[in-house]
Amino acid sequence: MGTRYALGAAINAGLRAAMARDEKVLVMGEDIAALGGVFRVTDGLAAEFGTDRVVDTPLAESGIVGTAIGLALRGYRPVCEIQFDGFVYPAFDQIVSQLAKMRARSQGRLSLPIVIRIPVGGGIGAVEHHSESNEAYFAHTAGLRVVSCSNPDDAFHMIQQAIASDDPVIFYEPKRRYWDKGEVLDEPSRSLHEAAVLREGTDCTLVAHGPTVATALAAADAAREDGFSVGVVDLRTISPLDVPTLRKVAAASHRVVVVHEASTFLGIGAEIAATITEECFYDLEAPVLRVGAYNLPYPPAHMEDDFLPDVDRVLEAVDASLSF
Amino acid sequence: MAVHPTMLAADPMPGTSEGTSSVTTISPLATLLAAQQTDPTSTPPFQLVDEHGDLTAAGREVGVDLDLAKDLHADMVLARRLDQEGLALQRQGELHLWLMAWGQEAAQVGSVRALQLSDRVFPSYREHAVALCRGISPADIMRQWRGVAHSGWDPAESNVHINSLVLGTQTLHATGYATGVRLDRSDEVVMTYFGDGAASQGDVNEAFNWAAAGGLPVVFFCQNNQWAISTPTATQMRTPLHVRAAGFGLAGYHVDGNDVLAVHAVTQHAVARVRAGEGPALIEAQTYRLAGHSSSDDPKRYRTDDELAGWQAKDPIVRLERLLRSSGVDDTYFDELQAREEAFAAEVREQCKTLHGDDLAVVFDHTYAEPHPVMESERAQHVARRDRTVA
Repeated sequence: MGTRYALGAAINAGLRAAMARDEKVLVMGEDIAALGGVFRVTDGLAAEFGTDRVVDTPLAESGIVGTAIGLALRGYRPVCEIQFDGFVYPAFDQIVSQLAKMRARSQGRLSLPIVIRIPVGGGIGAVEHHSESNEAYFAHTAGLRVVSCSNPDDAFHMIQQAIASDDPVIFYEPKRRYWDKGEVLDEPSRSLHEAAVLREGTDCTLVAHGPTVATALAAADAAREDGFSVGVVDLRTISPLDVPTLRKVAAASHRVVVVHEASTFLGIGAEIAATITEECFYDLEAPVLRVGAYNLPYPPAHMEDDFLPDVDRVLEAVDASLSF
Repeated sequence: MAVHPTMLAADPMPGTSEGTSSVTTISPLATLLAAQQTDPTSTPPFQLVDEHGDLTAAGREVGVDLDLAKDLHADMVLARRLDQEGLALQRQGELHLWLMAWGQEAAQVGSVRALQLSDRVFPSYREHAVALCRGISPADIMRQWRGVAHSGWDPAESNVHINSLVLGTQTLHATGYATGVRLDRSDEVVMTYFGDGAASQGDVNEAFNWAAAGGLPVVFFCQNNQWAISTPTATQMRTPLHVRAAGFGLAGYHVDGNDVLAVHAVTQHAVARVRAGEGPALIEAQTYRLAGHSSSDDPKRYRTDDELAGWQAKDPIVRLERLLRSSGVDDTYFDELQAREEAFAAEVREQCKTLHGDDLAVVFDHTYAEPHPVMESERAQHVARRDRTVA
């Protein structure tokens, strides 16, 4: 029924569809036109839509977001590419003080339909500043929407839903999964801000997003071999959180383990743990546990395997939850 | 002892400070390289009317459009009255804060009046005179400073974007907007205002470079009012801004920002050039903030009475009034303007008191364009609590 795409190619196809549908959509970033982006996510778009709509910008991230705001004020729908997660910080003010707050500051008069695409996370043996998971910074800022795709089907549909949103969306792409292939359906299965229950479980539920969804699925498989029913939720949306789905799986499995690449300290897992504890206290058999990175600067590539959550660390947390 | 930048500025070149021998052999290479270095030198600000209200040589050559001069004069007088009323209203507790444009009226009025109404303006936060010239009501200008909203007006009506309080951010918004103007094949020009302090921000320099690289239809207008709160321009920069323009590939202009006719003429020239597609421009207007940075500031802590007196003597309104009188404009004009000013002041005071804050619920309503369940849940908590408290 659907077509098989790699995740990066699915985003490319999603961008192409959005650009074909609405001539106000334009794509801008560093090395995205002639080169097609360092991950080739915008490959071929310049040839198809021209360099007025697929724009190689100066190497200035604050400028990318700041000028995108001006374009949006003029009626355009810019999609910005930040080349790597660790390069977004020069744009931090433009994102949190300008992009996020413009609508509230203007009493609802000015909407900024801007998507900021960020390849996120580690696992590709990169040099420093190329493997960060910084979703909590943006999820902590009112006015932004933050989403994270984990598979080609979501990548294709979510990028289009993000572009169609009249609110600014931070769109995370799991860079180590860019080449993972999967089926892309013609129609989206769900709205942008809905979590997906990929597997139902009665003993415990793993909640993951982006690159750790595959890790969670592998851990659930391993647990099943040991006779445990472990569910998996792909969060998909970090802000707003899909609280009803979290409530539902917590009530059904009584144990929840959150898995993400970002450090656990003040990470999204902390918010999920607090929310589930507040809303589902009497359903729980164990405290919500978190598996994430240590509270460290991202380490050199040779150490990243010990830093990132893997199947073993997830299973250790599941064991801890089950034996609580 | 701390080295003040002005002391450093006395050094002809870096590297001649203590520890370097003053007697060095000049090699042929050093001579060649020295010859290649440009020496950025400032040009004097363009003037049509001098500090005494007399026409300069350029002024005599260009001539004076008296109707224009009277219009600009009236704009400046009303803008200053807004400042006086604003400061008084702050002292009476009616405004939380007021930022004075006092002394900068010529820079603002002369520049914005050189634009077409279809040209979008991106202000910083001190451009009350610009706002008035674009027909924005005193109430809308004061709304933000009364603490009832974060902005005052609808940009769709005035073609003036809301104020930007994080310094220089608006220069990138203007640059992006100008990109859209060009994509739309429109001949609109985008104008953005910033100050000497903001000129040190990365965003401003990114915007200069971005606009120049793209040849975008934007005019960067710097009101160099000599002080960034308590920090003098000498601490901000070594190369004057109008000289810096060349390094970025911007057309640079230097104008006496207290000479409204000169500001108007220079801006008109720059805007025409930009509108014709010749690339972006940077105008540096030398002016002075005659009052403090804001109603909370005490400028006596950082600048001298002598300096202030020197700039008071260059007051843009006094200067133009002298020119108008010597050009034959009689008391009738000034009496009528005085009456208009008093009526305006009463209106300012009246409008201020009509501004009332909304319930916090509106901030929930304005934060997202589309439904947001977490926000809605928190809004419901607020409304329930509010209604309980009220009951």
